[in-house]
Amino acid sequence: MQATATAAVAVDGLTKRYGDVLAVDSVAFDVREAEVFGFLGPNGAGKTTTINILTGLARPNAGTIRFFDRDYTTNVKKAQHLMGIVPDESNLWPELDGLENLRFCGALYGMARREREQRARELLETFGLSHAARRRFDGYSKGMKRKLAIAAGIIHHPRILFLDEPTTGIDVASARQIRQMLAGLNKSGTTVFQTTHYIEEAERLCDRIAFIVEGRLVRVDTLANLVKHVQGRRVVQLALNEDASRLLDELRGAFPGVEFEAMPGNAMRAHTDQPLALAPLIRFFEEHGVDVTEARAIRPSLEDVFVRITGVALEQMRKEKELGKGKGGSAS
Amino acid sequence: MKTWIAFWNILKKDMRTYYLKPPNLSWGIIFPLAWTLMFFIKSGRGFGEIPSILPGVVALSILFGTTSMLAVTVTFEKKGRSFERLLLAPVPLEALMLAKTCGAITMGAANAVVPVIMAAFFVDLSHVIWWQMAAAVLLIAISSTFLGLFIAVSVSEVFEAQTFSNFFRFPMVFLCGLFFPIAALPVFLRPLSYVLPLTYGADVLHGAVNRTAQMPVALNLAILASFCAALFLVSLRNIQRKWIY
Repeated sequence: MQATATAAVAVDGLTKRYGDVLAVDSVAFDVREAEVFGFLGPNGAGKTTTINILTGLARPNAGTIRFFDRDYTTNVKKAQHLMGIVPDESNLWPELDGLENLRFCGALYGMARREREQRARELLETFGLSHAARRRFDGYSKGMKRKLAIAAGIIHHPRILFLDEPTTGIDVASARQIRQMLAGLNKSGTTVFQTTHYIEEAERLCDRIAFIVEGRLVRVDTLANLVKHVQGRRVVQLALNEDASRLLDELRGAFPGVEFEAMPGNAMRAHTDQPLALAPLIRFFEEHGVDVTEARAIRPSLEDVFVRITGVALEQMRKEKELGKGKGGSAS
Repeated sequence: MKTWIAFWNILKKDMRTYYLKPPNLSWGIIFPLAWTLMFFIKSGRGFGEIPSILPGVVALSILFGTTSMLAVTVTFEKKGRSFERLLLAPVPLEALMLAKTCGAITMGAANAVVPVIMAAFFVDLSHVIWWQMAAAVLLIAISSTFLGLFIAVSVSEVFEAQTFSNFFRFPMVFLCGLFFPIAALPVFLRPLSYVLPLTYGADVLHGAVNRTAQMPVALNLAILASFCAALFLVSLRNIQRKWIY
C-alpha cells in the first residue's frame, strides 16, 4: 500500500525479526490524518511489536516509516514530539501522585511550568480524576491508572495518539468512558492508532481496520467494506434453556453447510450462506431435550469478517484473553 | 523542544523521590562516620592518623553512595516500565541518561564532603590542595555513577544490581591503592589495579591531602576522565542495543 498525501503514518515493508521469530513480516499500511485506525489481531500477532517500532522502542530490520510525509525510518526519536503513547500497561511513576505524574510528563515534552500545570489540572478534570489528583499513582484502581496514562499521553497535544490495548483488563464502565474520550479526542482532530484484540471495540471506534495475524497484515479497509465480505451470509442466534455445546458435532453432521458456534449464556449461532430452515433445527434440539426459547437473525459483525478473512478461531482468542496469555511476549 | 526542561525535571524528580529520602541521607552521614571510626580505632595512632585515612574514606563514601544507588533506581524504573516512558519522550538519549545520572553524581560528591567536614574538626586541613581534591571527587563521582549505569544496563532485577555492584566495588576497594600501596600488592594483581578508575582518583586524593601521589595529577585526571567517557559511551551503546531492541 502506498502512502497518501495526507497520511499521518505510512509504513512500507516493515519487518522485525527476533532471532528465528518473524514478529512483523513486510507490513505496509497508512493511517490517514484524523482517523481512528484499528490494528486488530490475536495475542502474538505482532501488534505491540509494530507499535514499538513506530514509537521508537524497537528498531525494524527492514522497511520505511513516515509521519506526516516525512521519513523517520532511521530516527523515530525525532518524531516523538508528534506522538502520544499509551502502552498496554500503565507505566507512570508509582511514587508520584496523579497531578505530579501529569506535570512530569508535560515536562518531558518541554512544556513550560505554567502551561503543564494548567493542562494537568484540565486533564484531571476531563478524565474525572480531580478527586484523586494528590493520591499516589500506586493507590489508583486499574481503570483510573489507564485514564491517567491516557491523560499523560495527550498532555502535550500530540498529533497522533498510539494506544496499545487501551481497555484490556479494566471494568466495563471505565472502558466505556475511555472509548468516549477517544472518540472525543478524534473529533478534535487527533489521529488515533490503536491496537486491540476486542473486535467489538474496533467495530465501535475505528474508521478503518487492519487485520494482522502472525506478523502479516491480512487486510486493511473500512468497516463497511470489510462487512461486504460476509454480506449474503446469514447468522441466526438461538437462545436455549441449557448449554448445548455437547451437541455441536451432531449438529454439524445433521446440517451440512451450516457452521455452528456455541456462545456464552446458553446461546448457539448458526452461520450459513443458504436460507436456513428453522423448523428442523428447533426439532433437532427438542429431540435432544433442549428447548429453543428465541431465534433471531443477527447482522454480520466484524467478528464474522475477521473469522472469514483470517481464518483465526475466535474461540482461541477468547481463551487467550481469559487466560491473559501471550502478554509481553516478544512478538505480541 | 526544550530539552533543558525535561533534563531539569528528570533530575529534580530523581533527587526528590530517590536521593533526598531520609534513609539515603542518613546513610550518607553514617557510612563515612563508620569508616572513619573503624580506621581510627584500628590504627591506634590518634588524630594524626586522620589525613592518611581521609582519601580512602572520601573515595569509599563516593563509590558506595553512587554505584548501587543509580543501578537500583534505573533497574527499578525499568522493571516498573516507567523508564520506557522516558525512552518514549522526545529527549536525546545522551541528555536523558545525563539527567538520570546527575542526581547520583551530586549525591556522591555531597557524600564526599561529610568525612572532610568531620576531619576538619580534629586536624588542620590547611595544607590540602583543594582544587585537586574537588576535581578528584567530581571525577570519582562521575566514574562511579557511570559504572552504576553500566551495571543497570547489564541486569534486569533490582537484587542483581546490588550484587553486581559489589562484584565491582569490593575488589576496587582493595586494589586501587587507597589502603594498601599498589606496590605492596602481589605482582600478578598490580595490572588489575591499573584498569580500575578508582586507582587514579585515589592517587589524586593522596596527592591532594598527603602529597604522596605516584603519578602526575594531570595524567591521573585525564585517565579518570577517559574512564568516565568510555563508561558512558559503552552504557549508551548497550542501552541502544538492549533496551531499544
